[in-house]
Amino acid sequence: MEHKKLNPELVELVQKWKGKEGNLIMILHEIQNHHGYVPRELSLELSKMLDVPLARIYEVITFYNFFKLVPPGKHRIALCMGTACYLRGAAVILEEIKNILGIAEGQTTKDGLFYLDVVRCLGCCGLAPVIMIDDKVYGKVKKNEVADILSKYIKEE
Amino acid sequence: MYTKVILVKDTDLKREDKTREFYTHLLDYLRGSNLHAQIQVVRVADIGVYDEGLVLKILPDKIVYCNVQDSDIKRIVDSTLDQGKVIGDLVFKPKAKQHRIVLRNCGKINPESIEEYIACGGYLGLKKVLGELGQQKLIEEIKISGIRGRGGAGYPTWMKWNFAREVESAEKFVICNADEGDPGAYMDRSVLEGDPHSVIEGLIIAAFAIGASKGYFYIRAEYPLAVERINKALKQAYDYGLLGQNILGSSFNLNLEIRLGAGAFVCGEETALISSIEGKRGTPHPRPPYPSVKGLWGKPTVINNVETLANIPAIVSNGGKWFAQIGTLTSKGTKVFAVTGKVKNSGLVEIAMGATLREIVMDICGGTLSGKPIKAVQTGGPSGGVIPEALLDTPVDYENLQKLGSIMGSGGMIVMDEDDCMVDIPKFYLGFCVEESCGKCAPCRIGGFQMLVYLNKISEGKGKLEDLEQMRRLAQAMQKASLCGLGQTASNPVVSTLRYFETEYNEHILNKHCPAAKCNSLVTYTIMGDKCKRCGLCVTNCPVQAISGDKEKGYLIAPEKCVKCGRCVDVCKFKAISKK
Repeated sequence: MEHKKLNPELVELVQKWKGKEGNLIMILHEIQNHHGYVPRELSLELSKMLDVPLARIYEVITFYNFFKLVPPGKHRIALCMGTACYLRGAAVILEEIKNILGIAEGQTTKDGLFYLDVVRCLGCCGLAPVIMIDDKVYGKVKKNEVADILSKYIKEE
Repeated sequence: MYTKVILVKDTDLKREDKTREFYTHLLDYLRGSNLHAQIQVVRVADIGVYDEGLVLKILPDKIVYCNVQDSDIKRIVDSTLDQGKVIGDLVFKPKAKQHRIVLRNCGKINPESIEEYIACGGYLGLKKVLGELGQQKLIEEIKISGIRGRGGAGYPTWMKWNFAREVESAEKFVICNADEGDPGAYMDRSVLEGDPHSVIEGLIIAAFAIGASKGYFYIRAEYPLAVERINKALKQAYDYGLLGQNILGSSFNLNLEIRLGAGAFVCGEETALISSIEGKRGTPHPRPPYPSVKGLWGKPTVINNVETLANIPAIVSNGGKWFAQIGTLTSKGTKVFAVTGKVKNSGLVEIAMGATLREIVMDICGGTLSGKPIKAVQTGGPSGGVIPEALLDTPVDYENLQKLGSIMGSGGMIVMDEDDCMVDIPKFYLGFCVEESCGKCAPCRIGGFQMLVYLNKISEGKGKLEDLEQMRRLAQAMQKASLCGLGQTASNPVVSTLRYFETEYNEHILNKHCPAAKCNSLVTYTIMGDKCKRCGLCVTNCPVQAISGDKEKGYLIAPEKCVKCGRCVDVCKFKAISKK
């Protein structure tokens, strides 16, 4: 009876993975893909469905950098801080983004438009320094180009 | 339709770029010979050859001519393009050659087509293994080849396989470690995206060698295209009967699945990776028991790196002896490096083991971007060390790099010039390891943090000479007592820079000076009176009003007010502000 209250999508998801061992991380991936983060209510439901304590689920979510507990902004800015980008001035680009948007890494702007994430290597070191906004990669970014790049997204609103 | 393409680029940086001029002359001559409809001429930004005058690349023939003069146009068009003859005296002779085994198909075949992979000899290795070799002979062949794990530690692959094969167990597993978290390295990504079937074939062969019936690809979630390509390739392999029940008509069964990583560097370590696949936090476990004996869900498990697996089909098809001919005495085959940083031609380089670092950085990658001398090369990512310029003639193999205080690692290679600070670099790497430490064991969790405190102090000019000794002691404790590879090697960047660049640490500590002008607290900005045009742009842009003066007397920066933001340097059009 209790299952009726549960999110139907989640039930389907859990059914798909139920028989497989070590499924927790894969289920969390799918939840985050769908919602952009892992909402607490879903973690609670998941804990009942999989019969895994909530603490275990949170232990996993907080261990891995990839999982988020708060909804990200509309556009995710991923600034690469890999070695190649670092050597070619990623720190300067990060400062510039922080100055323009007034947020620190891991934060969302007040209007909810941008979320700033600092990541370790996007795997395109030849283009260093690199920022990625949503799925678009901007390579060889210069400090004076940052405002231009961001304004494109602001204008769209 | 064009039948040939000519790429043109003037690679002589010392003179005015002649690309455009030559391009026009060449086009004129082609028009005159009525060939312009068949031959396309393209000016390119980078042609992969450096300091060789005007360079032409003729495709699809792959003829490269260098030091070409205008007077050569006639004979190039008439004999090479018209009659297909190669002009000997113009041909570019590369100083060092790449040797492609792992990257054999990358960029050549369509990675989403199993047919193209098969047409290039793909899955012949698997056929040979199932048809004629059998387990024992396969492992024997891998032993002859001498291949060692390409993930970093360099453990002989055949031994790993043999241990797992000898353990009696109803269930065994194989895992492909594609959790490439090392910042500045992307060779695994390129292979997964460019030639996914070679990795799958390698993993099937590994599974057969140990008798596993189930396997996993553990791929970083940050590589969505790699995940998609492997997914597609797995489906194709099932359709062709290369996976599933009775593979290629034999009694061998294998199922492969994908598991995603979630952004934890430590999960590249075998035992942490196993925890992660089991759906838990990725914390490592003490070894032994090794995963070959007790791994995933307590069953014998072999974990191989992407690059190792991509080598396997080539070894099986061509024989172990063929592979053993390539490389040095202890390190066989080739290695792919991702050369990045301050280098002209950054990218993936695959060389036979034994090539020198200088060949890789100077001959293949064209030296530094700025033309400034190389200061050091860093290999092995956060677990590796910094190798100074003086030692660049060392042939690359596992042992040599280790002797120099670095490691082969997964293959990141970062080139640094004199603008890079040897206190700042280890600070960056150690910062990475401290952030990525799982926190399970104290030497790594506390030692790394304390060492970072020292480095921060030094870079702020508050360091003492005793701190260097303390850091060395901490490093020793971390190396000896940490649970896994991350902690044991986290101090390598610090130890190696202390070994080769101690004078630079001393300079920071004793003279409060950063020679590379990287450590912000130790940098001073000054306006050079002779270059300053007194435009006043720096004054209006200074956020803290640290610049005073007027158009008559000139301007001065007050060091006690300056916050070292660098705005004035950015806005100055006359490069009149020095940063030292």
